[in-house]
Formats: sequence, C-alpha cells, structure tokens
Amino acid sequence: MSGNAIPSTRAKADKAAFGIALFLAALSALIFWDASRLQAVASYSRVGPATIPTVIAACLLGLAVWTAVAARAGDFPRRERQEIGPVAWVVGGLVLQMLCLKTLGFSIATGLLFAMTAAAFGKRKLHVTIPLGILLCLAIWLLFAGLLQLSLPAGPLEHLLRR
Amino acid sequence: MSTFDFLLQGLLVAMQPMNLIYALIGVTLGTAVGVLPGIGPALTVALLLPVTYRLDPGGSLIMFAGIYYGGMYGGSTTSILLNTPGESSSIVTALEGNKMARAGRGGPALATAAIGSFVAGLIATIGLAFIAPAIVKLALVFGPREYFALMVLAFVTVSSAFGDSTLRGLTSLFLGFALAIIGIDQLTGQTRMSFGVPDLLDGVEVTTLAVAMFAIGETLYIAAQGEQGPDKVEAVRGSVWMTGQDWARSWKPWLRGTVIGFPIGAMPAGGAEIGTFLSYATEKRLTKHPEEFGHGAIEGVAGPEAANNASAAGTLVPLLTLGLPTTATAAIMLAGFQQYGLQPGPLLFATNPQLVWGLIASLLIANFMLLVLNLPLVGLWVKLLTIPRPWLYAGILTFATLGTIGANPSVFELGMLLAFGLMGYLMRVFGYPIAPVVVGLILGPLAEQQLRRALAISQGDPSVLFTSPIAAVLLAIAALALIVPAVLRARGKGQVLSQLAASED
Repeated sequence: MSGNAIPSTRAKADKAAFGIALFLAALSALIFWDASRLQAVASYSRVGPATIPTVIAACLLGLAVWTAVAARAGDFPRRERQEIGPVAWVVGGLVLQMLCLKTLGFSIATGLLFAMTAAAFGKRKLHVTIPLGILLCLAIWLLFAGLLQLSLPAGPLEHLLRR
Repeated sequence: MSTFDFLLQGLLVAMQPMNLIYALIGVTLGTAVGVLPGIGPALTVALLLPVTYRLDPGGSLIMFAGIYYGGMYGGSTTSILLNTPGESSSIVTALEGNKMARAGRGGPALATAAIGSFVAGLIATIGLAFIAPAIVKLALVFGPREYFALMVLAFVTVSSAFGDSTLRGLTSLFLGFALAIIGIDQLTGQTRMSFGVPDLLDGVEVTTLAVAMFAIGETLYIAAQGEQGPDKVEAVRGSVWMTGQDWARSWKPWLRGTVIGFPIGAMPAGGAEIGTFLSYATEKRLTKHPEEFGHGAIEGVAGPEAANNASAAGTLVPLLTLGLPTTATAAIMLAGFQQYGLQPGPLLFATNPQLVWGLIASLLIANFMLLVLNLPLVGLWVKLLTIPRPWLYAGILTFATLGTIGANPSVFELGMLLAFGLMGYLMRVFGYPIAPVVVGLILGPLAEQQLRRALAISQGDPSVLFTSPIAAVLLAIAALALIVPAVLRARGKGQVLSQLAASED
C-alpha cells in the first residue's frame, strides 16, 4: 500500500509512526489493567482467564517499543498523500446512518449514506442522489426484510409500505 | 465406506433441485460481486453472508461455496480487462492478461483463465475429497498441544513470513488477538475487556470486523486518493474462443499451475498468491515464447489462474479437516459455519458426513456452472466493470452496512463498524496487512482454548508443549518461518517476500 510520495512528508511521517507506538502501548496498558482485576480461579494449573491477555499485553508492549525504534530509524514506508475531504464525506455518511437508523428507518438512513458516499467520489448533486439512494434502499428493504426475513429497522417510509 | 462412496452420496445431496438452485444463486452472486473492481473473494463472501442467514445450513453452505468459487472467477475478469486486480492472487493474471486484452486478445485471455480455473478447480476439488479423509484420521490423534502448535504455525505464516515487514505483520496479528479477548472467557465464564458494556459480552463479530476492514477501509482508502481519471476498461474484441495454438500453449500451464497451487493452499501457510507467483515464474522459464512474456503471453495467464483456483480449493483442506482457516476468506467461511453452530474439523466428518460431502460435491457442480456462466456470458459481466465509481462505492457501503444491520440492528454495532473501518483505513495508509487481524480474531480464541487445555492436562507445566514430537516439529517450523524472513529482510533481500505479500486473498 506504500507508494511514491513527496519526500517532505518524511519528518512528519515519523511522528505518525510514534503515534502508532503510543497507541499500541496504551492498548497494552488497557489489557494489563483489565487482566489484573480478573480473579484467578483456583485450579491445578496456574493458567487462568488472565494468563493469555497478560501475554498478549506484554507482546503488544514489545511491539510498541519495536515500532518506536523503527519510527526513529525512519523504517516506515513512505505514504501517499491523503485527501481528507472525501474521507470526511464517507465517515459523515456512516455517522448519519448510525444516528438516523432507529428513528427514520433503514431506507432513509442508508439512502443518506448512499448519497454521501457518492458525494465523496464526486457526485455532489445531493437533491438527486438522496432520493435515488432512499428509493434504492427501499427496494433492498422490501427484498431483504420481505423475502429473506432479515430484521431491518422500519421507519415512517417502511410503515407506509407495510399497510 | 470409501471416499468414492461418500463423494457419490454427496453428489446425490448436491443434485437435489433446491441445492442446485442455491448453488446457481451462489455462483451468480459470487461472480457478479467478484467482478466489481476492488472487491476480492474475502469481501465477496463477507458481503454476501447475510443473504444466507435464514437458509438451512446445508443450503446456505452450498450457496457459500458457490460464492467463494464465483468470486475467484470474477476476480480474474477484473484483472484482465481493468488492470486493477480485485485481489492479490490476481496480480499476476493482470500482468499478462491485461497486456493480452490491450492487444485485442482479451477473449482468449478470459477463456484460458476460465477454462484453467475450471480444470484446476475440478482436479483440486477431487484432490480435496481424497486427501481430506486421511488428514481427518491424522487429526484424530491430535491433542490440544498439537492443535496449539499448528495454530502457532498458521499465525506465523499468515502474519510475518510474507509481506514486507515482520513488525507490521505481527502488530496486525496482535491487534486481532487484542480484539479476540473481548467478551466472555470460554472456560471460566468471566468477562474480559468488556468494561460493563453489554454489547461487548458476545465479543467482536468476525463478519463485522471483516466487512469494516475490507469494505469500509478500502472505500476510505480509495476515496482518499482523490480524483483520478476513470479506469480504462478494455473491450473484448473478436472471438472469446481460443485457437488451436492457444489450446496447445494452455493445457500444460493449467496442469502445472494446479500441481503448484493445490499443495500451497492445502498447507497451513495461507495465501493463494504465493502459488500464482511460483506458477508465473515456472511458465516464464519453461515457455517456448520467452519474448512474449511482459507483452501478453497466454501461458502467463493460464498457469497463475489455475494455481489461484487450485490453492483456493486447497485452503478448504485445513478449513474442513482441522477447522483451521489460513486466509481471510477461509476465516470468514469459518464464521459462516459457526453461525449454524457447526465447527469444521475431524468431528464434523463423523457427525455430519452428509453436510461435508454435500458441500464438497457441490463445489464440483459449482465449477461446471461457472464455466457455463463465464464463457458465453462474459459480455454481461464486463458491463459491471463500467459502473462509475460513485455508484459502485455507494453500493458497496450500502451492502456492507446492510449485512451488519441484518445480523444485529444496533447502533453500537454500526459504531464498531465505523471504528474498525477507520482502523482498516489507517492500517492501509501505514502499510499494515489486513488479513492477520481477521485470522487473529477468529483463531486467537481457539488457540487459547487449546493452550489452556494442554496446560490443564499437564497441571501447568509448559514443557509439555514441546515434548510431543508432532508439536515440537510444528513449532520448530513456525520458529524458522519467523526468523528466516526477518534475517532475509535485514540483509536487504526482502523484495521477493514483499512481492508475495498477503494483503487479501
């Protein structure tokens, strides 16, 4: 996934790799903390529910140190420039769908996601894409909730159709 | 009963009209989704998992097998006509196949890929049927420590033996382990890493993780590349039929590719792409037309495509006989079994032979269907390649979330989907492999269970892990697979390994 990138991002790139090392260390600490509150069940072996998490946490800590060393040596592959705009569109669509799913139902929520993803890839005419997405998702809802009996949350639109 | 009787019995199951329809739906859906650019078999299977939720186990597994094989066929069409391989195991196909398509020989390239896949799929599936019972017998003598050693070997090969960095492969694997701890401990019932959140008690769903990592992560990654010119789809000009010379140059690579691909898939080493690279190298050395390589040599399509499909069938050997998934696709297939409470492994052959053999036989039938579906109808599939990107990715995300909502309509689950999607995106940006996370999540708990059983039997003495000869040999191979590539990379000879990178297969 690495390719030719602008060399000037190099210094900043290492900071990001240090960030990964920090994340791994924090994850390791979280697992250590969680494992420490598990009570050891008396059994013949000293191996309980906390053993494996402790081992994994220790390995993650080791990997964090290794990542930090690699980051310092500049061993990480160079990265391509990332456009934030389209990513924000897609993430926004997913968040919107998550928030609307229970109240507005599957079709409207997923239709919004559809339109916003299309927008991320250049189709910005939301007044066209949103109705299109909602219609498409309504068709999917009819197929999957009707024929295949998946439990997809229903909203006002779906209730209208069910009657 | 002999293997032959079992296979015959399986064919009877697979030939039932309902099962034939399931197989047909499976191969059609699998091909259609597999053809879409950017979607490999792992994602195809993960996206289509919800379609099978309400079917009976037998029918849904047959549909599943069709999806798996269909996804493999579809991927080769994409790489030949679009030069953007949907999966790492099609990279080599794109190398020669796209050159052939540009030279106006797209038809024969598609034909040799389809027939090669058919030949390889047929031989490898029969190989699977005959090898499986032997491995099942062997697996019955396996105790917890042997299973644990086998899983350690799978962990090492999936995460660090191939790819361009031991560090990043291992980090991915351990992220998968960390996610695997979440939930209720299987042996004592204590909750781990769930922090009082009820939604976490069941742990992280494999399909949620796989769909998030592959579908959402990939969509974000492609979106972040910004505006690019439209991909150029090569039109299929002229006949799709192969000339006599094409046949003469294709049949040996098909067979060689099968012989190379099947054992590699069947070993707990993972990765269909390794076989395709080896096959490509072999064909390049043996060909009578070396000057054509790099400009569209038909051998360079026939061999790797056969190897690709043969190792796809090969990965079913450890999956069905040992319950050991060695690729991301196999890991998701395992999740498909588990949704019906079925645990693949030696016991399944004993307790549910009809299901297992019906599945194996339906692979043979799916293979025939795919040949028919792909050769005359290839023009139809090509149309799918011309879907503009905005609609394509909007559709992918719609289906990705549909699967998650269908399995568990909760806001929390969608939140996890988003979080793992972002994780998958960042991992792509920083060059971390994706497959080890999925394999770690699904194999981690199994490995822990076996390890704790082994240690409980020995009353906590860890030396028991090395005193069984089988386990000791497996662990020694795993250690070699970890150390040798690391040394090679440190000496600057890592290019070959990074070419064999297993990102998604």
